[in-house]
Parts: sequence; structure tokens; C-alpha cells
Amino acid sequence: MSHLLEVRDLEVKFALRFGDITAIDGASFKLDRGEKLGLVGESGAGKSVTGFSIINLISKPGYISKGKVLFEGKEISSYSDEQMRKIRGNSISMIFQDPMMTLNPVFTIGFQMVETIQAHRNISKAGAEKIALEKLKKVHIPSPEQRLSQYPHELSGGMRQRIIIAVSLLTDPAIIIADEPTTALDVTIQAEIMDLLQELCASDNMALILITHDLGVVSQVTEKIAVMYAGKIIEYGPTDQVVTYPVHPYTEGLIKSIPGNVVNPGEDLVQIPGMMPTLTNIPPGCAFNPRCYLRQAVCTKTTPELKDVGNSVMAACHMRYKGDGRTNQ
Amino acid sequence: MFAFIIRRILQAILVMLVISLVGFSIKNSIGDPVRDLVGERVTPKERAAMAEKLGLNDPFSTQYVRFLKNALHGDLGTSFIYRKPALEVILKHAPATIELVLGSALIIVIFSLPLGMYTALKPRSLFSRFVMGFSTLGVSVPVFLTAIGFIYLFAVTWHVLPSYGRGETVDLFGNGYWQTGFLTIDGLKHLILPCISLASIMMPLFIRLIRSEMMEVLETEYIKYARAKGLSPMRIWFVHAFKNTLLPVVTVFGIQIGIMFAFTILTETVFQWQGMGFMFLDAVQRADISLLIAYLVVVGSVFVIVNTVVDVMYGFINPTVRVAGTK
Repeated sequence: MSHLLEVRDLEVKFALRFGDITAIDGASFKLDRGEKLGLVGESGAGKSVTGFSIINLISKPGYISKGKVLFEGKEISSYSDEQMRKIRGNSISMIFQDPMMTLNPVFTIGFQMVETIQAHRNISKAGAEKIALEKLKKVHIPSPEQRLSQYPHELSGGMRQRIIIAVSLLTDPAIIIADEPTTALDVTIQAEIMDLLQELCASDNMALILITHDLGVVSQVTEKIAVMYAGKIIEYGPTDQVVTYPVHPYTEGLIKSIPGNVVNPGEDLVQIPGMMPTLTNIPPGCAFNPRCYLRQAVCTKTTPELKDVGNSVMAACHMRYKGDGRTNQ
Repeated sequence: MFAFIIRRILQAILVMLVISLVGFSIKNSIGDPVRDLVGERVTPKERAAMAEKLGLNDPFSTQYVRFLKNALHGDLGTSFIYRKPALEVILKHAPATIELVLGSALIIVIFSLPLGMYTALKPRSLFSRFVMGFSTLGVSVPVFLTAIGFIYLFAVTWHVLPSYGRGETVDLFGNGYWQTGFLTIDGLKHLILPCISLASIMMPLFIRLIRSEMMEVLETEYIKYARAKGLSPMRIWFVHAFKNTLLPVVTVFGIQIGIMFAFTILTETVFQWQGMGFMFLDAVQRADISLLIAYLVVVGSVFVIVNTVVDVMYGFINPTVRVAGTK
């Protein structure tokens, strides 16, 4: 049986004046119906670009240079923009990072919801409004009838993100890609939004790709996790397994740096020394090697492949391929 | 919305007061109304008596209040060249200028919107580069040169369009005030060259403004989101981006229309167009102070009215302004 979504060896490049730079270097992952995947990494690791490249909406001058995106077995990465439009916002919806910037300020909520339905369904305005209302109720918006005639600036950030989630539900998509959906919100509202997303995925059997830098959120919400570093997936597997027994030293560092995770009160948090390299300046061998406490000569020479390390986990680290790397816990 | 309109009107009144104060101060300090009325051959004693009778010895504030009262009754003084109330003289000349400005505004809207949007959407196309290059040229050539060039080509060389005057006009309301050139073929023919000349300065500005606003809007998150929702490019450009592009353009358009009213002088001179600008130059040459001040006040009010209307319109387009106004 084919997977709902399969990304195979995806490579995204940005054409710049001094030549192309590779933003994503051979990312592969799979997603089944109703499954939740977390894409984790620092800013600039390529997680957002990965999300956008699924619906082929990378900002110029970016382009997919290699690899495939298969949706329901069809290779959508080779679709024309016209064909792709039938999938965007229809079978695959997106939730953007900043709800303050996502809605068009000069149109009412109702207008922006109705047009989305009408872009994909042959339906009257009244019919579309009925669906919009139903979805607004589904995201627990108080007095939904009133919201339809309101403008975005009349609503708070948390409310707007709920509306955007409602917009993404309008066409009953199979997948929602949420690009840092809570980064711009208050901590209390963050939890509400995540709960809502989880609830909707469960009730509608939707798949979710959650792009975030917050490992804590990912570990609570998703079943699978892909950790990205400098444009590569460096660890990929079931969330429980990866969070409890991280294989890659980078994943390990990320988990240790979460407050309250490893360190006792009063102690310093564990940091990963150094910074992620910029895409134009990736060191040879393993991109993480300058910051890695396990570094050996081989790490600076050859790039590690993503390999099965047992327990359904894949990791890209020379030092952890052989033997049982997880004993360091 | 109502509160917003009221507030804008109050602001407009305040601006008008300032304009009238400036106008009156000029009149008060440079003109000699007694000489205007009776000339040089009157004894100083009679002059003094006359000045007293006209209230010229009253304090500045009293005189200003009197000036305001008269102005509110439509009396802006008497033009001594025309021997008629200044306001009447101006109103007689206004329709010609209004038609010239309207014609130009129409040309600007019809051409700058599609050109500005096209150059924003396809910035690399050959046509866009041509438009942008040409608009730089248009902005840098002064109006009178453009106008003279047009006259040379279309009137002198090819004999297709008339070079001066308003041509055949029709009395619009039957009372002799509004002679319109819009209703006859000849009148329209006479409008073409002056309108294009007047538009030639503002048009490049608008093409560039619309282009840069549109390009900025196209980079926003909500446009990217509109694409992620699967909307068609046409809808994204002409509905989502268009309305946001228009917001700043409407404001600038209001100001520019006001400026065009005041600066038809060059165009009117070249084309011997009997409008307010032509009249103004005449008044300057013959030192008709009353008429000049009346012109200042009238043009000032046109400016203020146009801007107020534009601001109210802006309130209708931009929902965020409306809310701020109702608070």
C-alpha cells in the first residue's frame, strides 16, 4: 500500500547570483493517514522550506532540483502550477507562522473563507458560508456568526490563528502542514492551539506535519519526528524513541537543552557549543562536526548517511552506527 | 464612520481658516485698496477719509473677521481688471480648468493602473523595461516642452489636432456659467493635447508608485497564504493584491489632483486655455491683488475639499481606518 505522502530524496536549491546553494539536501520521510510528524531544527535548518516544497510553494529563487514528492501515490512535485493549485488549500492545507500577517487586512473573515471553498468546490456563497460557520464552531470560536463579517484586525492573535486553522479545515484536507503555528503566540494560547490541532487530527483522521523548533511541543503531539540540521535530516523515527534515546549528538544536545529535562534547579542548562553553519559555509564531512563532542577524523572527511540504527530509528552519525550508541544515557 | 467623516470635516475647516488668514495677511500688507479704487489723483485727506470709511484703520483682527464674514457670504473682494466680484470671475474660469484636470485624471487612471500593475507582475519583461524607461523620461521633461512638442507634431506637422483654445463649447446649465467642451467633438479634440500634456508629469509618478506598492504587497505573507489556499493567480493579483496596492495610491492621487488644479498654469498658458491658471497669470501681471487672494482661497478650498473626499473614500477602502474613526 502506498503512503499518503512520501518525500523521496528531496533537494531544494536557491539560485543566487554567485551560484546555487542547497537549502535541503536529500530529505526523505513518509506520512500515513492520520499520522503526525514533527519537523524539528534550528532556524535556517530547512524545515520551513521542506514544508513549503511539499506544495511546491518555495519563495523565489528557490526550486526543487532533485527528488520527488508523492501524494496518494501521484508525483505532485512534477505538477504544473495549475494542477498544483487543485491540491493546495484543498487536499493539503497550510497554517502559517504569524497569524497577524497571514490574513489579508482589507477583507472580512467571511470573504476569505468563502473564496477558499469556492476555489475548490462549485458551491453557492450561502452554502460556503454554512461550511465556514461549521468550521468556525469546530475550532471553538465564540459567536462564530459575528466573526464572518469582522476584519482580521478586530481579532486577537490567538483568535486569528484559530480562524486560520478553520480556513485550513474548510475543504477537509488529508494533510495539514503547520509551520510554527504557535511561535508568534502567548504560551497559554500556544497550548490551546496545539490541543486544538491534536483534537482535530483525531476527529477528522487528518495527517499533520508540525514544523517547529520546540522539541517539547513535538514530543507531546507527534508520533514521528525528523530532526533537521543544515538542510539534512539527521535523525528520523518514532517520537518516543528519539526523545528518550536520542542517537545523534545534535538531537541529544537539543533534548538536554530543554529546561527541566535533564538539569536540576539551580544548575546551568546544557548548551550545544557554537552555531549552525550558514548554508554557504557548510564544513566538509558531517555538518555538525565542529560542534560535536564525539568528533573523530572520519567526521571531518566523509558525510554520514542516514542509516537504520535499530528500533525503527534512522540516524546520520559515524560514531553511532556500530555497537549500541545509546548506552551514553 | 460618521464620527470619522465629522472629524475630517472639522480638520478641513481648520485648514481653510489658516489659508484665509494667510490670504488676508498678504492682502492687508501689500495691497492698497484706496489706490485700486480711486487711483493717484486724490488728496491725502480724502484718502484718509476713504480708508476710514472702508474700515482700513480698524485693528487687524476686526478686519480679518470682516473678511471672513464677507467670504462666507461669497464676497472675496472685487477684481479691478474685470470690474466684477472676484469670485464670479474665478467661477467663470473654473469650468475650463476643472475639465482639463478631469480629463488628465482620467488619462492617468486609465493608463497608470494597468501599466503599474503589469510592470510589477512582470518586472523583467521587455515591455516593462520600456515603460519604466519611458516614465523616467516623462518625469524629467517639463510640461511646457512636452506641450510644445505635441503642438509641433499634432497641430503644425500633421494637422490632426487643434493647438489652442477650447473649441466649440456647450452651455451646460443654460445660465452662462459652465461652458463644457466634453459634449462636442470639436471640444473633445481641443481637450486631447492639453490633457495629455498635463497628465505627462503625474502619470510616470503613478506608474512608479503603483508598481512599487504592488511589488511590496506581492511579497507579503497574506499573498503567499492566498497562494497556499489554492487561489488562482488572477484572483490573487486583481482582488487580494489590488486592493492593498490601492490604499496608498488613493491618498497620493487626492493630493496630486489638488496640485494639478494649482499647476495648470503652464499648460493653460501654452494652449491659451481660458481657465483659472491663465486668469491667475493675467492677475499677477496686472497686480490685481483681490483676484489673486480670491484665487488663493478658492484653490485652497478645492485642495482641501478634494483631500477630504479622498480621505473619506480611503476610510471606505481601508477597514482599519474606519474602526479608528468610530472610537
